[in-house]
Amino acid sequence: MSDHHPHEEAATSPYAARIRAIEALLLEKGVITEPEVQDGISYMEARSPANGAKLVARAWVDDDFEELLLSDGKAAASALGMDPEHPAEFVVVKNTQRVHNLIVCTLCSCYPRAILGRPPDWYKSFEYRSRAVREPRAVMREFGFEPPEDVEVLVHDSTADVRYMVLPMRPSGTEDLGEEDLAALVSRDCLVGVSVPLAPDRPIPTDARG
Amino acid sequence: MVVTYGPGDRVRVVPAEKPGHVRTPSYLKGKSGWVEAVIGLFPNPEELAYGLSGRPEKNLYKVGFKQEDLWDDYEGQAEDVLYADVYEHWLEPGEGGTA
Repeated sequence: MSDHHPHEEAATSPYAARIRAIEALLLEKGVITEPEVQDGISYMEARSPANGAKLVARAWVDDDFEELLLSDGKAAASALGMDPEHPAEFVVVKNTQRVHNLIVCTLCSCYPRAILGRPPDWYKSFEYRSRAVREPRAVMREFGFEPPEDVEVLVHDSTADVRYMVLPMRPSGTEDLGEEDLAALVSRDCLVGVSVPLAPDRPIPTDARG
Repeated sequence: MVVTYGPGDRVRVVPAEKPGHVRTPSYLKGKSGWVEAVIGLFPNPEELAYGLSGRPEKNLYKVGFKQEDLWDDYEGQAEDVLYADVYEHWLEPGEGGTA
């Protein structure tokens, strides 16, 4: 088997072995070509949570952009030079003082890949997928975040043709920060909703994971 | 195509078992909620999965459920909500009727 995929060295699970075998067969039978495989890898690697952080930071400093992000996520991504093309819709849901949003896909691992790239491994785990819908507050607690009791928790199970991302609240104490510094506060976990951005001088919870 | 349900309408997820590729999770079967939004028309994924056209397209709805209606021992607020995106053929009118 070839060793030209940069992520392959870490992929030692039975699933990875199965994927490599299927890939080799598809290449051998001419169903796909090596350049197509490389294009697919390039597509995914060009996308990352940094895109989501940029969208959030712009929304924090620009009310019109926030409105666009919440009404037409793909148009907002395009406006910042991203390529949001994907058959599924891209919908952004906003956290407020009253509601906190959490994203999951119980059926598989639907995730806004066109914007954020590959989901984290825990997002695909049976444990997260089954518990996020049934006990979202306990799951968030384990990530080191506990929404206040009077905040409504809204869980979005991406069961079909919509991919969701969370627009977290801008932390207080960040009034002096520029867009780039604000984006640095927005982790991938915040975009899924298992965590929230903190101002730079706030301690990071030690029991946060993922 | 006619939009059967509108925002606020009470709906129930059809408690049917269907073999093969299904995009409606089991934990919602038979549960009642409300239409939060009409998302639009999409090719039916239950047919796309088998190489069929998925047409005619199906209406997809964002449906809200009170968490307390889904889980007997739910830990959280009475206002906590679970949203799922459900295709029209998995919905039937719920008690309380249309908004």
